[in-house]
Amino acid sequence: MALLRVEDLHKRYGHEEVLKGVTLAQDAGETKVVIGPSGTGKSTLLRCINRLTEPDRGRVWLEDTEITSRQTDINRVRAKIGFVFQDFNLFTHLTALDNVRLGLVRVRRMPRAAATGRAMAELERVGLAAKADAYPAQLSGGQQQRVSIARALAMDPRLILFDEPTSALDPELIGEVLSVMIQLARDGMTMIVVTHEMGFARSVADEIVFMEGGVIVEQGPPDKMFRSPEVPRTGEFLRKISELYGESQ
Amino acid sequence: MDLSVWTQVAPHVPVLLRGFVVNIQLLLGLISLGLAVGVVTALVEVYAPRPVGIAASAYTWFFRGVPEIVLLFLFYFGLSQFGIPVSAFFAAVLALGLRSSAYQAQIFRGAFQSIPHGQMMAARALGLGRLRSIVYVVLPQALRLSLAGWSNEFSSVLKDTTLAWGIGVVEVMRQASYIRARNFTLTLPIYVTVALMFLVLTYVGNLAIGLAERRLRVPGLEGQR
Repeated sequence: MALLRVEDLHKRYGHEEVLKGVTLAQDAGETKVVIGPSGTGKSTLLRCINRLTEPDRGRVWLEDTEITSRQTDINRVRAKIGFVFQDFNLFTHLTALDNVRLGLVRVRRMPRAAATGRAMAELERVGLAAKADAYPAQLSGGQQQRVSIARALAMDPRLILFDEPTSALDPELIGEVLSVMIQLARDGMTMIVVTHEMGFARSVADEIVFMEGGVIVEQGPPDKMFRSPEVPRTGEFLRKISELYGESQ
Repeated sequence: MDLSVWTQVAPHVPVLLRGFVVNIQLLLGLISLGLAVGVVTALVEVYAPRPVGIAASAYTWFFRGVPEIVLLFLFYFGLSQFGIPVSAFFAAVLALGLRSSAYQAQIFRGAFQSIPHGQMMAARALGLGRLRSIVYVVLPQALRLSLAGWSNEFSSVLKDTTLAWGIGVVEVMRQASYIRARNFTLTLPIYVTVALMFLVLTYVGNLAIGLAERRLRVPGLEGQR
């Protein structure tokens, strides 16, 4: 059974229907990359999965828990789903260590000493143990994003959703974030990544999902999507985006 | 002017100080009440459903719009008319405290609104409920940002405690007027002494707030230099 199932998800903002029925399934250990022009509902899709945005219609399951059910304790579900934001959204008043530790202490109710150990281990994993006592404002964008990945990892999530994690970064800082994500994918973390980084998509994605106009236009393994997409629009978009962003990591 | 009047004040200082202690008690009472009610009012204005928010705004409008001396009379004489017996001291704390809460709510509301919404979302994404996200993420930042405005309110209500004289609280101004009634030549030195007491308290209070501001400073939180 798939780890995550999304069924016929709809979302409308005013007159504009941003999601027009999206269905997908994600297996444990799989890395899915969602691509598509801006404004086509990719971020909304991610936010509807853990109900940061309430979908209008459709269902989402994490294993056998229906996330979209009214009976579900949404906070318990969210604790199992990591979320990495485009703008990092670190807590300004907390050090890197405390940013990672907050969820451990306040959500998972871990004793303080254990939480500290775990938080340090996650900072180590993203290469920032030396910055444990730094406040977000004292870190570069790339470092902030790595702390936010550590913050998500500390919760032992079943999967992590990445919403354009490198779009707010200067080009020279993108690499350090991508290499952390590549390592995660290789370690078997389940990930859904909205990104324009085609090099990343090509090298680690198990599946690429091309969205446009609120629907999934085409999905498949990277090789097939890049070499012989079934829908002409897919190939057109991939060519354009590869030109714009390059294929390098 | 006979300079010896200044030395004649000395024996009266203990009495004045006894009155001044009442001002400090008034201050502590009203500023704590104002802080508690002010934070809650600001939270309601920013986060509660619209009708409740409007009620909170009406509340701040009332307490910011009525003169303090009128509030004091309303609470002291008004409550007893409803059969609620209140001491002058309690009425003063209530009237001045609620009035201060309306001003403090303005300070906190601005601070709450200045915390980026993304941080709230990040807290929710971790699995923290709405209230707990506010408590652990928004509040610590908003309170820090409020300190500068809050020190202003502190200095202001500190002096307002003398208005309690109007409803018969035996605070420093009333003690001063007792002394003056017995010896009119002491008028000027007595009130200069009272003024000095407030100047010292304002100075010490702001020093303490400034110290707190520096201790709590966090790099990157705006409004703090």
